[in-house]
Amino acid sequence: MKKKKLWTLGIMFILVLSTILAACGGSDTKDTGSKDASTGGDKANSNEPKILVYGRGGDSVALDPAVVTDGESFTVTANIYETLVNFGEKDVTIQPGLAKSWEPSEDGLTYTFQLQEGVKFHDGTDFNAEAVVKNIERWKSSNDKYPYFKTQFVVGDKQIIESVTAEGDYTVVFKLSQPQAPFLKNLAMSPFAIASPKAFEADEEGLSTNPVGTGPFKFVSWERNASITIEKNPDYYIDGYPKLDKVIYRSIPENTARLTELTSGNIDVADGLSPSDKGTIEGDANLQLIERPSMNIGYLGLTVTRPPFDNVKVRQAVNYAIDKQALVDAFYEGLAEPAKNPMPPVISGYNDEVTGYTYDPEKAKALLAEAGYDGKEIELWAMPVPRPYMPDGQKIAEAIQKNLEDVGIKSKIVSYEWATYLDKAEKGEADAFLLGWTGDNGDADNFLYSLLDGDNIHSNNYTFYDNQELHKLLTAAQTEIDEDKRNELYKQAQVIISEDAPWVPLAHSTPILAANKKVTNYIAHPTGSDRLDAVDIQ
Amino acid sequence: MLHYMGRRLLQLIPVLLGMTFIVFMLIRAIPGNPAKVILGQQATKEAVEALNASLGLDKPWYTQYFSYLSGIFQGDLGVSLRTKLPVSEEIFPYLAATAELALFAMIIAIIIGVNAGIISAWFQNSWFDYIAMIVALVGVSVPVFWLGLMEQWTFSSKLGWLPTSGREDVRNPITAITHFYLLDTLIQGRFDQFIEVVKRLILPGVALATIPMAIIARITRSSMLEVMRSDYVRTARAKGQKMFIVVYKHALKNAVIPVLTVIGLQTGLLLGGAILTETIFSWPGIGRYIYDAIGFRDYPVIQSGILIVAFIFIMINLIVDLLYTVIDPRIKYK
Repeated sequence: MKKKKLWTLGIMFILVLSTILAACGGSDTKDTGSKDASTGGDKANSNEPKILVYGRGGDSVALDPAVVTDGESFTVTANIYETLVNFGEKDVTIQPGLAKSWEPSEDGLTYTFQLQEGVKFHDGTDFNAEAVVKNIERWKSSNDKYPYFKTQFVVGDKQIIESVTAEGDYTVVFKLSQPQAPFLKNLAMSPFAIASPKAFEADEEGLSTNPVGTGPFKFVSWERNASITIEKNPDYYIDGYPKLDKVIYRSIPENTARLTELTSGNIDVADGLSPSDKGTIEGDANLQLIERPSMNIGYLGLTVTRPPFDNVKVRQAVNYAIDKQALVDAFYEGLAEPAKNPMPPVISGYNDEVTGYTYDPEKAKALLAEAGYDGKEIELWAMPVPRPYMPDGQKIAEAIQKNLEDVGIKSKIVSYEWATYLDKAEKGEADAFLLGWTGDNGDADNFLYSLLDGDNIHSNNYTFYDNQELHKLLTAAQTEIDEDKRNELYKQAQVIISEDAPWVPLAHSTPILAANKKVTNYIAHPTGSDRLDAVDIQ
Repeated sequence: MLHYMGRRLLQLIPVLLGMTFIVFMLIRAIPGNPAKVILGQQATKEAVEALNASLGLDKPWYTQYFSYLSGIFQGDLGVSLRTKLPVSEEIFPYLAATAELALFAMIIAIIIGVNAGIISAWFQNSWFDYIAMIVALVGVSVPVFWLGLMEQWTFSSKLGWLPTSGREDVRNPITAITHFYLLDTLIQGRFDQFIEVVKRLILPGVALATIPMAIIARITRSSMLEVMRSDYVRTARAKGQKMFIVVYKHALKNAVIPVLTVIGLQTGLLLGGAILTETIFSWPGIGRYIYDAIGFRDYPVIQSGILIVAFIFIMINLIVDLLYTVIDPRIKYK
């Protein structure tokens, strides 16, 4: 008897549930329709808060910019915190930020910054010279906790920033142990944003989940893997900014889903779209295409310690064999330019006189014959994940495979899961591999030294290329503070690299975003962290 | 019965222990170093070494394994290498998100699957039977990924009926209490948000329900067919009793055991295997949490995440086994 009851109850429960579900489903459809119509009208009504929903591929790791290295984290922190100096709106020139002005000494060893007055942190404490000193001391205190500080401001065990002192309330003096040419560019990077000392002195780790800066927006809430909400800082020191009341960053991992959310009006901006989405965006009257200025390089690395690429003639032959223009046309939807140097033309020091290698299969064959290439099959590694500089590693590898076959190099395409791929490539296990790089601070050093200097073998120099002459030029450039002399050093460096051909530079791509037409003043920054203080919704 | 339960729970210990070991060794066998992944491509080798040391990854594996184990016995699931937050704290919202979605999907799968199976069996070899079984066959073979994208394209992009992704309308955020949003919105009396949550559950729910629904339908059908050939059902039908009575009073009760087994297994699978659905629909669930952790080589999260999912999987199966005795008194555990 009892069991019978239980059973009947179960069936009843299921029936009731299905009725509820059916009812909800029914009313939903009407609901969405009316809601969509009303959100469309919302923005016209000036009393409504202006909320921008920003769709991106991944979640932040932490909201303390000093402890993270991933671009998604900086995307958010760039709007909560500010740096002493800023990059230009669309470029990497140095502009005032929390510092109004600065004065380097002649020897490049002392920098004196005059700070903005009347700026407050979100917790109500004052921003002043003391706060800057405490932030720098915090970064200097531990080598492991602040990875970017370590990569940019520590050489071996030597601290580049020897000391920082406050002279009065609004003057800060930096003393360097050696001149550092990209010093200001480094300081403009998101990880070197100034946080409230009160916040990190009370709870060092707390900043990661509860950021306190001076920026145009204040932190509100974080739903992991779903959304981060920031709101207007009413006390922001620049009058009239920010324009928006709230920004909500949503993580939508799937590119297609992100675009669907944009077309259906659920988000206002979609970052990180594939070049192949360009057509859809341009075909939609409600959308605008936003191009991010290019600051990257996609390349085919040739491991110089492995045969046949230990022979420079084979490497040059591969450079002649690949039709870069065809790659750009086929896989970047024209949103890229073929590359000839290992860094993009926007970076100062770019050598436009390097001719590079034009597509010339005959020359390639001749060089291979000269090199005595034995026709042994090589492994061609294809990146498993799309990146702005490499929208589809597999397809690009296939095209390259065809190019190589045309000149008589047989290759087998292989791929690994991303972390494995990087790990194995770093150990020099690849013959030829696709990879790329997006600049951090817009400096030539960040491309040439980081990627091709012998010091960075087992780090980012995956080809194991090591040229002493080049090393001398690149290390001299690091401490050369005369801009012209420095650019000259980089120009010479690019000539050497081109001759040695450890890479086939493929393309500098233009990453794209899309936004609703109602969004105005959206400027995409080459570094990938966009400031939203001037962005508005009509 | 209690004795049986106690024994089953005790058996859990070696199973889970063995699993921690296998998972621990497996994730360390794959190339790729957490410090390198955390620091990104930009990192110098000194920075990687320093971070490795501070994460304790430079120690021998057995030291790492035993400190992990002793942590677990003290209820400490470790700290995420990436976010620096304790896994035990971090994991619950993800678990709740997946549980809500999986339960929703299972309810759809059970209602439709069981009923379709019954009708197919009752009208064996009819057009309904053929169509239902073809649909079920398609259901198990269609890639969830494709189905999800098609759903989004049809019901969000083209028809605009349902939201595409996410658990909530971010412009009208939900205050999480239990992290089960259906429950949270009801507790707070926010019926508008409750409807929103249900709407957002439908597309991923259906995508996730497809495979279990098809499997349940097929199992129900074959199990019902077997039962319906038995004498007592034939007698009941011969007496001219209504189909509803025959099916739900006599037949289903005896056909339900294999169905229940499948439901239990499938629910467990959904908890861990919802990764694709969670990715397409931007669902902040446990599958994606662990998947992302693998990409980042976030060892503590992978280890503890899999451990918890396995634990739940085993518990569900235990519950199913216990349910047998409720449904069929002939089954007794000693």
